[in-house]
Amino acid sequence: MLTIQHLRKSFGPLVAVDDVSFGVERGTLVGLLGPNGAGKTTTVSMIAGLTTPDKGDVLVEGARLSGDTDPKKRRIGLVPQDLALYEELSARANLRFFGALYSLSGGALDKAIGNAVDLVGLSDRVNDRVATYSGGMKRRLNLAAGLLHDPDVLLLDEPTVGVDPQSRNAIFDNLETLKARGKALIYTTHYMEEVERLADRIVVMDHGRVIAEDTLEGLQSRVAVVGGGKATLESVFLTLTGRSLRD
Amino acid sequence: MAVIPLLAMVRKDLQLFFSDRRSVIVSFVVPIAIASFFGAVFSGGGQNREPARIAVSIVDQDESAISKAIVSGAESDKNLKVSKPAIDEAREAVKKGNTAVAVVIPKGFGELSGQAFFGDGEKPVLTLLHDPSKSTELAMVRGVMTQHVMEAVSQEMFGGDQGRKLIEKTLPQIESSTSMAPDQKRLLVDMLSSVQKFYKDDSAAATTEKPRRRGLTMPYTVDEEAMTAGSNIAYNGYAHSFAGMAIQFLLFAMANIGVEMLLERQRGLWSRLRSAPIAKVTLLAGKTVSGAVISLMILLVSFGFAMIVFGVRIQGSAAGFLGISIACAVMASTFGLLVAALGNSPATARGVTTLAVLMMVMLGGAWVPTFIFPAWLQQFTLIVPVRWAVDGLDAMTWRGIGLSGALMPVAVLLAFAAAFWTIAASRFRWTEG
Repeated sequence: MLTIQHLRKSFGPLVAVDDVSFGVERGTLVGLLGPNGAGKTTTVSMIAGLTTPDKGDVLVEGARLSGDTDPKKRRIGLVPQDLALYEELSARANLRFFGALYSLSGGALDKAIGNAVDLVGLSDRVNDRVATYSGGMKRRLNLAAGLLHDPDVLLLDEPTVGVDPQSRNAIFDNLETLKARGKALIYTTHYMEEVERLADRIVVMDHGRVIAEDTLEGLQSRVAVVGGGKATLESVFLTLTGRSLRD
Repeated sequence: MAVIPLLAMVRKDLQLFFSDRRSVIVSFVVPIAIASFFGAVFSGGGQNREPARIAVSIVDQDESAISKAIVSGAESDKNLKVSKPAIDEAREAVKKGNTAVAVVIPKGFGELSGQAFFGDGEKPVLTLLHDPSKSTELAMVRGVMTQHVMEAVSQEMFGGDQGRKLIEKTLPQIESSTSMAPDQKRLLVDMLSSVQKFYKDDSAAATTEKPRRRGLTMPYTVDEEAMTAGSNIAYNGYAHSFAGMAIQFLLFAMANIGVEMLLERQRGLWSRLRSAPIAKVTLLAGKTVSGAVISLMILLVSFGFAMIVFGVRIQGSAAGFLGISIACAVMASTFGLLVAALGNSPATARGVTTLAVLMMVMLGGAWVPTFIFPAWLQQFTLIVPVRWAVDGLDAMTWRGIGLSGALMPVAVLLAFAAAFWTIAASRFRWTEG
């Protein structure tokens, strides 16, 4: 569904992303892991069209994505790390605006809003101001805003930061539903247990490069454990990226 | 350009603006309140209004016929509001700022001024005690008092008892003088004899005819015509104050929108906007249009209030007024974009733009008309867009100038808008960090 080929991006002398390639198929979720500064967010930004790569391509079903107004961008949805919402407006007003950015209007927009808020469980609060929402509700609305135009690929940049376990679990359920609907998901996070639960494949990045790409089991098999049990993803991650602090 | 996203941006920005009650009050109510106050203060003497008089104290220590005539003349002058306190009270009133000028007529002024009028006698001193912060009033009082002193002294010298006695006393002295040249003596005696004859003829005529005004008088009268939209249309100071204040507060509103854009970028909203298949130019155009709509609303609501409550009228071209209003709104909106493009953080941008807006409105004549500025500053302020907006709106309202008077302000304001937009588009940072 989505293929990333040899992406590279530098900011002055700093090479943020270097020769990154991986792919994600329909109905699957790829977990993108890496310490701070590994290049995850820059990679997601290039896939979403926010940052122009120095080299490399982003392909949607084999077609190269190029330019701000490329219609293929409609097939990608972004759930940014920040709560990118207008708190002073109602959830409905927010969703009407974000839907209109994809030229949705009238009945189609109303239907899209209905589907999105049903999925994230906010139907009964859709007319309330976002400022009155809890942190978990805002996270769910943030997800809904990325789904309005029914994208084939959803980019989720740390979508569960700062939410309570109940809301996190609800978001996981939503993502499972989306996978079941055939969506391709790319999910960046620092929480290993989230990736363990959700990811079909895991891409580990460090210093701007992909240092491992495999299934959970494949990664676990790379690390030997005393006593012969399975390694945790966290121990695999620390083995691959080292224990030095990344500030 | 994608129309649905553009309209959605405009609608969303209007919703955000009107959802913030503080912004609405600051943008609509505050300029009306301040403009009403400034309008009342600077509205000038309209058709039916009593002109403002200068408060003057006159201390008459002489109490001669001449000094009494001077006081009487000043009291009847429409430019002065005369009081007659004692010298100490007059000093105190000037010191406290209650009186602009105090005129002290010293003892012996009448006699000495009469002698000085015909010859080279010692000139008496008329003292003007003045408030140093009111130099304009001092100049006016000096001019007005010159007229009344000359009229009073000449009137007395050419017909009053003091003048008659002075000539009767002076003629024998001249005739017996040995120091004066014979020719000069003869000429002076002839002149004073003629004046004496004039007194006698005048006294005889006074018994049968209406008494004539003697002495020097102003050799002209003044017809004052205010050059406004028409002979029957008075200057309305509210037109200027509402233009100035509306422009000031719409600039504040747009600067605030610029700061909000920085906050939106900080909160990741621009990432979401840019992930949609929309050109950057559309995103900036959306902001420009929404800003211009809000600015235009502020301007039109302010003027609407001024028209209903204070009788401000568009005496010039309505199309020109609308054109200037739209051009001003677009300029202000692009100024907001400039704030967003050049501001590093919301906090610093807020401080810098507040200063920038205050400078622009001050130099642009939004607070006080630019004609009171020094000549070099009046030229300099032509580079301030507010100057063109205020002058343009003045031209379309109380000056009553036609559509041609709007063309240059519209062109200049749109040129400023284009420059602001170009700089903003080239410098705008779309992502945080």
